[in-house]
Amino acid sequence: MLRYLILEDGSVYSGEAFGADTETIGEVVFTTGMTGYQEAITDQSYADQILVFTNPLIGNYGVTLADYESLEPQIKGVICHQVARRPDNWRMQTTLPDFLKQLSIPGIQGIDTRALVKKLRIHGTLRGKIANSKEEAAQIASELQQKQVTQGVISRVSTKTPYPVPGAKRNVVVIDFGIKHSILRELAKRDCNCIVLPYTATAKEVLALHPDGVLLSNGPGDPEEMVAASQMVCEVEQHLPLFGICMGHQVFALANGAKTYKMKFGHRGFNHPVREIATGQIGFTSQNHGYAVDPASINRDNLLVTHVEVNDGTIEGLRHKKYPAFSVQFHPDATPGPHDEESLFDDFMQMIDQRKSELHA
Amino acid sequence: MPKRKDIHKIMVIGSGPIIIGQAAEFDYSGTQACLALREEGYEVVLVNSNPATIMTDTTIADKVYLEPLTVDSVSRIIRQEYPDAILPTLGGQVGLNMALALAKSGILDELHIELLGTKLASIEQAEDREKFKELCQKLGEPVPPSKTVKTVDDALAFGDEIGYPIIVRPAFTMGGTGGGICHNHDELAAIAKNGLELSPVTECLIEKSIAGYKEIEFEVMRDSNDNAMIVCCMENFDPVGIHTGDSIVFSPSQTLSDKEYQMLRDCSLRLIRALKIEGGCNVQLALDPNSFEYDVIEVNPRVSRSSALASKATGYPIAKMAAKIAVGMTLDEIKNPVTGTTYAEFEPALDYVVCKIPRWPFDKFPKADRILGTQMKATGEVMAIGRTAEEALQKAVQSLEIDEKDLFSPAAHQASDSQLEEKLVKAQDDRLFYLAEAFRRGYSLEEVHELTKINFYFLDIVSHLVEMEQEIAAQPNDPDILKLAKKYGFSDQTIAHLWHESADQVRELRKQKQLLPVYKMVDTCAAEFESSTPYFYSTYDSENESHKSGRKSVVVIGSGPIRIGQGVEFDYATVHCVKALQKMGYEAIVINSNPETVSTDFSISDKLYFEPLTLEDVLNVCDLEQPEGVIVQFGGQTSINLAAGLKAHGVKILGTRVKDLDRAEDREEFDQIIKQLGLRQPQGLTATTHEGVIAAAEKLGYPVLVRPSYVLGGKAMEIVYSKAELEEYLHDHADIAEDHPILIDDYLDGRECDVDAISDGQTVLLPGIMEHIEHAGVHSGDSMAVYPPQTFSDEVKDKITEVTKKLALALNCKGIMNIQFIVRDGEVYVIEVNPRASRTVPFLSKITGIEMAQVATRVIMGEDLTQQGYSDGLAPEPEMISVKAPVFSFSKLADVDSYLGPEMKSTGEVMGSDHTFAKALYKAFAGAKMQLPENGNVLLTIEDRDKENILPIAKRFARIGYRIFATKGTAEFLRQHDLHVDLVTKVHKDEDSEQNILNELRAGRIDLVVNTMGHDVEKNSDGFIIRQMAIQQNVPLLTALDTADALLKSLENRSFATESLA
Repeated sequence: MLRYLILEDGSVYSGEAFGADTETIGEVVFTTGMTGYQEAITDQSYADQILVFTNPLIGNYGVTLADYESLEPQIKGVICHQVARRPDNWRMQTTLPDFLKQLSIPGIQGIDTRALVKKLRIHGTLRGKIANSKEEAAQIASELQQKQVTQGVISRVSTKTPYPVPGAKRNVVVIDFGIKHSILRELAKRDCNCIVLPYTATAKEVLALHPDGVLLSNGPGDPEEMVAASQMVCEVEQHLPLFGICMGHQVFALANGAKTYKMKFGHRGFNHPVREIATGQIGFTSQNHGYAVDPASINRDNLLVTHVEVNDGTIEGLRHKKYPAFSVQFHPDATPGPHDEESLFDDFMQMIDQRKSELHA
Repeated sequence: MPKRKDIHKIMVIGSGPIIIGQAAEFDYSGTQACLALREEGYEVVLVNSNPATIMTDTTIADKVYLEPLTVDSVSRIIRQEYPDAILPTLGGQVGLNMALALAKSGILDELHIELLGTKLASIEQAEDREKFKELCQKLGEPVPPSKTVKTVDDALAFGDEIGYPIIVRPAFTMGGTGGGICHNHDELAAIAKNGLELSPVTECLIEKSIAGYKEIEFEVMRDSNDNAMIVCCMENFDPVGIHTGDSIVFSPSQTLSDKEYQMLRDCSLRLIRALKIEGGCNVQLALDPNSFEYDVIEVNPRVSRSSALASKATGYPIAKMAAKIAVGMTLDEIKNPVTGTTYAEFEPALDYVVCKIPRWPFDKFPKADRILGTQMKATGEVMAIGRTAEEALQKAVQSLEIDEKDLFSPAAHQASDSQLEEKLVKAQDDRLFYLAEAFRRGYSLEEVHELTKINFYFLDIVSHLVEMEQEIAAQPNDPDILKLAKKYGFSDQTIAHLWHESADQVRELRKQKQLLPVYKMVDTCAAEFESSTPYFYSTYDSENESHKSGRKSVVVIGSGPIRIGQGVEFDYATVHCVKALQKMGYEAIVINSNPETVSTDFSISDKLYFEPLTLEDVLNVCDLEQPEGVIVQFGGQTSINLAAGLKAHGVKILGTRVKDLDRAEDREEFDQIIKQLGLRQPQGLTATTHEGVIAAAEKLGYPVLVRPSYVLGGKAMEIVYSKAELEEYLHDHADIAEDHPILIDDYLDGRECDVDAISDGQTVLLPGIMEHIEHAGVHSGDSMAVYPPQTFSDEVKDKITEVTKKLALALNCKGIMNIQFIVRDGEVYVIEVNPRASRTVPFLSKITGIEMAQVATRVIMGEDLTQQGYSDGLAPEPEMISVKAPVFSFSKLADVDSYLGPEMKSTGEVMGSDHTFAKALYKAFAGAKMQLPENGNVLLTIEDRDKENILPIAKRFARIGYRIFATKGTAEFLRQHDLHVDLVTKVHKDEDSEQNILNELRAGRIDLVVNTMGHDVEKNSDGFIIRQMAIQQNVPLLTALDTADALLKSLENRSFATESLA
């Protein structure tokens, strides 16, 4: 069956349908990762987006429950060059097309993804529609131009009610902006006792739980919509060790007076080299962000830039000058992607432990 | 860190002659390294013994020494040049071993010379199996249970302890030489013994086999600042058990989930950091297909064949970056030369699929053991790029230039089911075709997986293509199926075959339906950043990224995979052709399929198309580029074979016209020319039936030379001495006789020589005559040769010059051509004309200073020789004498007869130059690893008809202090002439006796074997067995008395006369 991707600029790409048989609208973005399609598709940060894989062949090793990054992915569609005919892996439980069908996510294969990616690189991110017909393409394109596709998205992906992820050691409150399971896995690996709160949690609610630290998760959409959350952070950082990841990093920056901006086509993939300024050490990082912190907006009295992307200089890490609080734009939890910066979770643990010992001293 | 300022002069060690396991990739890496170092302002001194390389061009390094890679010779150069440092990690295992040997000799400490890049201790830690195992254990990285042994008994004891199957890996040998998988006690005893003998340190690693695991390779880089990254991950189609150099390989990894990939990536980075590698490094890992268990197979602490492949697969120039790291620069300060905007600290992202298939020499060696294992047997490889795995695989098959043009093989088709299953279980070079055949016969994926252990994902690629064959066949001329077929890489030729049409008809339909390939860029970053790399591959997709530039362009066709008979020499000529075109202001466009070479470095040409060298693919590029024309003279037989087809499709062939190329290659037309010009040639006849061949041979009288028409490198050519031998020949080549005529020539026993000539239609320049050292009968590629000639009178040289000029003009040669002559009794006979550059071009260019391929290119483009400052005739001969010696890879290829004949067998060559012939010979022998002790033992095993001729040779050996060993007949003959001879018994006599010929060899008592028993070609014949034993024992072996004579000349030169007064 033929299926079409119609972009807001009026261009139409046709290919073969796979996955669910539905029409959807989303922001079209691309990732350059060569593995990890399942983790990417289940990453909530892709909510309301249509994801283009530059790797020409996906689905090769199927899908397994163990590699979900969220149980209810909010991605709007998958565009690729080809889906493997006969996936094979010892852990495989289902195939990618069947998995997408179950989740009501449509896919298109057979598209010249390289041409599409070049368009996104040159024009910047575009809105698009996955459609079963291209007859009204012009009409659809003009509708897309008017549409706000990712507005209020966090309210849909964030948990509605708090829930615990039990552990034995440190008590960590996790603010869910659209959390990836791998963050919880990293905390569980370190035996943290976590309570996950909705993004609407107030400072009072957080502090009432008497946690040892607070982690701000990743999430989709425009960080500047997170006004209340940034007010919460503003208060909480004065009292508790705090670690922000991706959206959490942006909210942390906003809380401390910085501004964010929408990037032309974002960073999505996991070959982005990031330099830690203090040591000069470079690690490869897993990234998925369409917004970034504006360097000019940073108040150097309270924030220190700790990490930058080697190639384009994007701010990738911040640290508070007075409080034990830091954040990174990339995913130290990787998944998919390299584990080079995994030790940031240990830094967070150390920060918590140090504060605890100071309190008890 | 910025580059180091405390060093100024750097010596780079090359990798020497091309052998299996060490091929053109080191010309590529060495060239890149030299250029990178010079780019940073260092003075570069290069040493390499292989003249057929770009890296030994004087434009690549400040000083180039074409000298043997021996400690003595390199030390002499060091004492002359006083380099501040040596860069050893870019010249393969040879370069690395040379650096280790130099360090051990003390000269580096004495002269305070530093080794750049990875430190010696790290290299040893990576290469010494025991130390490496310790390191892995310290890091918690799993390695298969293993033990280093120094004796066969220890090997057997350990084998019994851990159980079979077991792998034997000899220490410090390249390409896994001497290793193998053993399934039982007896096999282990045999392989361990051989491995211990081949290891320079008499050590083998005995290891539990993990055959059946997925084999994954990572190309890793690290700098002195501990920045480390993955350039490329490659996954073998064939599971562990087949050497990665003999495996079909895909990139990026195809069947690894992110968890598995990241786990193995972490392991690779831990290893490279622990080893403190500074530069490039290759990590080989094995992953259990049914769990997260993995094992470290090995680490190569240097740039390797895999890194050349990875560079071409990703666009990331590993060797160049490694050289910069070696002088202290770090990855985050070196710009990524591909994008120009990002830094070298960047893990490439691919948006295409790459497939590599090895090219094996079994078409040349039909009797060789073709079973693949831990010892590499391929001489070269091809790479293909596509947007589907199927497309990449099919394009790679099309690039191989073998009889099979797609997944259909007549041999596989005719095999019985049991033969087919045998082929699947015990992988040979042609397994891919048997896999396809199995699916054609209805075998299920499960059944084939059971037999091969190949992953279902990979098997399905083949199965899918077989299904498609049937779909295509069922729908002739259907544009939809045609579109699908092209997407999955079916060639016009294959589709035509399935439709019972001609390829032109398919092409016509394709063009009519606008089904044209597009060209996509290889940019390291999957289009995330803007790049302007002029490096493209074709695919059937929508957007084309390669556009005609508006400049006048010329397409140069490369020579495809390295194989016996068509080696790196042709890549050399291709690169020089490109350089000349660029100097003349043309846009030079290269098409080639070989990932190992310099010509496929995208920074060499103005545009590189990485494509199969088939008519379809070259025509497609020409359709897009609309070049002034195509140059076919430098890519060996590969490009010449394309000329007629290109012309028939309206593409202009530059230089010698296609009509004239045909006149040179067509026997009858050529005979006419010879007659018209009144030249001599050995009498020859052509026949198309068995009876006709025999009648022709009888008419000419034995011995005769027989061969099929249109051959390369003497393929299937033999000297036949009797009717019985001829019958056998015809039996072996039955298929050839039916399809093509067989040529029968009178065999002339004389001196052979090679002449390359450049002609503009008026002036004919002969840069030089190369005289062969062996008599006619040994293939020109396998004979030693000397320039200038040592035995030709001026009169003979004049005759050669005159005949060459006549031929060049009569054939309307415009560009370059090669003629082979036999000189007998002062007469000059023409044996063969090749209307193209030959393998002697780099050698002669280097010693005469005439850049032959460049001069010829200028001629092709219309610039006369006189305009270029050259005149008619033989160029003046220099003072220096240069000798070329062939180098063989027999130790990697079981069951290949090492007796030299008219069929080419060598894989590479070395050069030695000096002021006297004897010294030049000495250097050539040294370069070819035939450095002999001052006195030693020589074993003479001689065919009866050579007995008279051996006497002077034996006497000369005796005079310089060599003890002579011979079997009864020869011994008695020599004793009659007052020579002291030690008697050895024949192969099958007194097999336990110390005096048995094989035991003498095994015991290491023999330093040199002269064996002329050329008729003993059967595997159980004495002559064959003795030769095999010599090869196995690494004892220098000569099969022609002329070579023995030359060797004696070189040995006599360094020895004192010992004569009594009375």
